[in-house]
Amino acid sequence: MKRAVPLTITFITGFLIIIGFFIPHDPIGGLQSTFLQWYAIIVGFTMVLGLMTLAKVHTRKILRREAGFGYSTVLIGAMITTLSVGFYSGVKYGIFETGTPFMWYYNNIFVPLSATMFSLLAFFITSAAYRAFRARNIDAALLLIAGALVMIGRVPVGDIIWSKFPDVAEWIMNIPQMAAKRGILIGIALGMIATSLRIILGIERTYLR
Amino acid sequence: MFKKLATIDRRYIYVIIAICIIIPLLTKIVLEIKVSPPVQSAYDSMEKLPTSSSVLFSIDYEPSAEPELQPMLLAILRHAFKKDLKVIVMCHWPLGFPLGQSALVQVAKEYNKEYGKDYVNIGYRPGTEAIMIGIGREIRDFFASDYAGVLLDSLPMMRAIHNYRDIGLLIGLEAGATGDFWVRLAGAQFGQKIVLGGTAVTTPDWYPYLQAGQIDGLIGGLKGAAEYEKLVESSGRGIVGMTAQSVAHIAIIVFILLGNIGYFAIRRK
Repeated sequence: MKRAVPLTITFITGFLIIIGFFIPHDPIGGLQSTFLQWYAIIVGFTMVLGLMTLAKVHTRKILRREAGFGYSTVLIGAMITTLSVGFYSGVKYGIFETGTPFMWYYNNIFVPLSATMFSLLAFFITSAAYRAFRARNIDAALLLIAGALVMIGRVPVGDIIWSKFPDVAEWIMNIPQMAAKRGILIGIALGMIATSLRIILGIERTYLR
Repeated sequence: MFKKLATIDRRYIYVIIAICIIIPLLTKIVLEIKVSPPVQSAYDSMEKLPTSSSVLFSIDYEPSAEPELQPMLLAILRHAFKKDLKVIVMCHWPLGFPLGQSALVQVAKEYNKEYGKDYVNIGYRPGTEAIMIGIGREIRDFFASDYAGVLLDSLPMMRAIHNYRDIGLLIGLEAGATGDFWVRLAGAQFGQKIVLGGTAVTTPDWYPYLQAGQIDGLIGGLKGAAEYEKLVESSGRGIVGMTAQSVAHIAIIVFILLGNIGYFAIRRK
């Protein structure tokens, strides 16, 4: 019974969602819509759950003075500040209205910090490319040449050096790159169909653990 | 000497890259931008829309991708308002919502557009795939109100908009896999016309969709943003950033060459 109920729910909802793809009219379409709304509500609750778990794990780390508890303190401090500023702005000015304390906090603290983290990639990629892009064999040489051609062809200076560089880069993106990508995409799609069917039919049950 | 070429300290690499990026950004030197076919297709898809058509913008990125995607959003919004299209903004990434809102307010002000009549922000709802399928039936099933809690039916431009049939074009600005979901769900199931814009890292994944006609245009990274800015004749961070990116790319290629020269010289010995 403990397993039969969730397996039955999975089968019925999964099956109806698939049928709804082909028959969007009522009653199938209506049922599909209801299930999707339930799904959205559950996803909303998972976010609250995630927030609570994050707070619990890091609070415990601070209380026990575990290794790296300083970072946890920063995390909890930032979480409380963000929530406080968000609630204050939401109640006083309206959620996400421009010019509120929350938007100031978001634009001047969160955006620069977050963008900086991502921008660090420029340094790591250069260092990694310098170390890893060595023409040790034919495959590595091909990857190196393709990478360099796309890099130079995708920036305006490539066009200034030789007007055909952008066309070469576009050809690499449109032919060899796409052939590989399409193969990967077809593989992923087949894998997704197989896994979904296994879950709907109750063969794959690891999600019940 | 060759050994030194093959083992340059990473700190020197970091300093050189920083200089290569900072100087062009400060000097604001602009290079000529050539528009690529995928961006031209995206622009043409928008251009072909009749006046007063609705365009749905999906802000599926967070501040980490802001340097690449925000200039893109601003350029496309300018195009939409210039053409008097009705703009609806939504997002699947909650932290991207303020970015969409800021851009919308900024560009709407430039074109004297009115909230509720010319543009609407319906905000964020959890359940990405469910929402994409749900909009195919009735947008109000998931977005009964806009971001501020105002009922959609009380906003004049939303009264006639119910599902994908009422949306001329969907612009998905993506930093992750949400673009794939748009193609699989809104595109394949409901025949929605889609243009995707993504970071330089995610864009190569969508070239197959473009070639197969599953999307109508593709705008890739800061370069795509710069090309779109050129098409709408509105120079922004995209065009300025391309000079920095050009210099940085050349620096990377030079480092790769130096590394290989050192590597082969050592190997020959």
